[in-house]
Amino acid sequence: MNSNIVIGIIAVILCALPFIGVETYSLHLIIVILIWAFAYTGWSIMGRFGLVSLGHGAFMSIGGYVTALLWNNIGLSPWIGIPVSLLVSGLLAIVIGYPCFRYKIVGHYFALVTLALSEVVRQVIIATRDTTGGSLGYTPERHGEGISIVALQFSNDRIYFYYVALFVWMAGIMIWRYVDQSMSRYALEAISEDEDASAAVGVQVTREKLKVTVLSAVMTTFAGAMYCQYQMFISPDTIGGVGVSLQIVFAVVVGGIYNALGPTVGAVITIMLAEVLRISIGTASVCVSKDVCFNAAGVPLLIYGILLIVFIIFLPKGIVGGVADWWKSRSADPPDAAGSTQLEPAKAKTG
Amino acid sequence: MLAVQGLTKKFGGFTAVDNVDFSVEKGEIVGLIGPNGSGKSTIFNMLSGNLPPNAGSIKLQGREIAGLAPNVICGIGVGRTFQIPRPFKRLSILENAALAGFYGHGGSGISKSQAWRNAEEALSLVGLPTDAKASVDTLGAAGLKKLELAKALATKPNLLLADESLGGLDHSEMDQAAEMLGSIRNELGITIIWVEHIMGVLMKVVDRVMVLDHGEKISEGKPHEVAADKKVIEVYLGTDAEETAAAAVRA
Ligand SMILES: Nc1ncnc2c1ncn2[C@@H]1O[C@H](COP(=O)(O)OP(=O)(O)O)[C@@H](O)[C@H]1O
Ligand SMILES: [Mg+2]
Repeated sequence: MNSNIVIGIIAVILCALPFIGVETYSLHLIIVILIWAFAYTGWSIMGRFGLVSLGHGAFMSIGGYVTALLWNNIGLSPWIGIPVSLLVSGLLAIVIGYPCFRYKIVGHYFALVTLALSEVVRQVIIATRDTTGGSLGYTPERHGEGISIVALQFSNDRIYFYYVALFVWMAGIMIWRYVDQSMSRYALEAISEDEDASAAVGVQVTREKLKVTVLSAVMTTFAGAMYCQYQMFISPDTIGGVGVSLQIVFAVVVGGIYNALGPTVGAVITIMLAEVLRISIGTASVCVSKDVCFNAAGVPLLIYGILLIVFIIFLPKGIVGGVADWWKSRSADPPDAAGSTQLEPAKAKTG
Repeated sequence: MLAVQGLTKKFGGFTAVDNVDFSVEKGEIVGLIGPNGSGKSTIFNMLSGNLPPNAGSIKLQGREIAGLAPNVICGIGVGRTFQIPRPFKRLSILENAALAGFYGHGGSGISKSQAWRNAEEALSLVGLPTDAKASVDTLGAAGLKKLELAKALATKPNLLLADESLGGLDHSEMDQAAEMLGSIRNELGITIIWVEHIMGVLMKVVDRVMVLDHGEKISEGKPHEVAADKKVIEVYLGTDAEETAAAAVRA
């Protein structure tokens, strides 16, 4: 089955969803999933090429905080505030990315640099608590009653925001696929294997990496702004920090990093998991014996950690990748005597 | 076409290439030989921009290219192969060549379909299959050498730097590869510098040979002159003296 068809079917179902009567709570969950799915899709656009960023919580926070701060303090509409936040993130991505790429900071070292970025942005928010509310969080001011187009606020009628989120999510999938079918994808695959050999065939290594990094950062920033406009509340730990950055990686690895729908499946799983855990254990302490208790807030992270290890070992392409492989092997013709691709026997080592 | 002067590369205190001068005329096919570790690949790395020289000048058609980025040098018409093939394993054979076909022209508006045509052309030239799916993993040593060459050719170079295209090949494959380099020059008019550590078949194809030892150029001339040069025989003595002598006879 063609992945276009799968995506088409899903899109049609999602568009029709409000009309077949979904209760408000489910619709709320779906909106949250769509927003996060868009953020994860943005992350995987660079993550799939071995550019593992642990800094995307920072970009997400910028989307939320820049937009809300501009609205509350100088009354700048999110219609302008969001583009400003995207610009800020894009510039930050260049400021962090350029030296990393220019001086070949790759792999673990790149992950560490971006990890620091997550924490720096969180600390900045906390340090400026007089303006940002610090770790207690921040709320964009309501603009009158009901729906406000100027303030991009949609009151309690979730249907409107549902369609906004759905549209943005679909745009995210299209961007993913656009990159997937572009020449940049080949360049980035090659770069992830061998930067010098890529440069030797003319690839502008630094530029290609920067392009995809900025795109990824900007998408995640947009998700942060959406989250803020929808929840009307943000805090450094709900849309930023190391926790969110790790959650993004976890979700994409579980869902499938090499497929357009992988990050979305990852979002479904992480959001559901978080929701189930929240309802079942709440914020109480979990006691494993009479005197060994721990804060339940750490439970999701613990479970993420365990699942992450299990997936990396047993299903490195994630759920969607695993299913796609299974489908291919199931529907593939019986191997035609290996004749078509076998060119010459592998022999004689190279000098 | 290419004029190199005082080219020097040091790794720490060790001088891998020491004040080397040479030039290459358009349409020539020049052999660069020397024992292992004599600095041949290091010269290539400086010509292609993969390593910056410590001193010296490299003029390509009058333009100074020493120290430019490899993608820039590739864009102005220098293609190279690596001694140890460096294919992109996550791409198919065709995609490997198409990548070079797309980016190898200084980023100047090549269409995707043109890139694929360049790739197919380059692959047929070296005798590799052009079907879209064939994986790099199906290639043996000879196939990987060919792919290196195809990648370089897909960038449409004026000057081709071929590093040990014969390494790891058996005799018939060597003859084939040598013939291929000859026809690349004859039919496409691409100027070639060809590095090899054994003389062997190289001597039959090249117009001129330069010999490198410990980073210094010790001899240069027509193949039969160089093969008879005392200094060259000394360097090669005990390594493959018979091969050298045989080459001298053949040349
Ligand atoms: N990147 C490097 N760092 C340190 N030493 C190097 C490096 N590249 C090459 N060398 C040294 O420089 C000398 C010349 O190497 P090379 O140019 O690869 O020789 P050849 O290609 O003629 O066999 C060798 O002694 C090698 O060990
Ligand atoms: Mg070498």
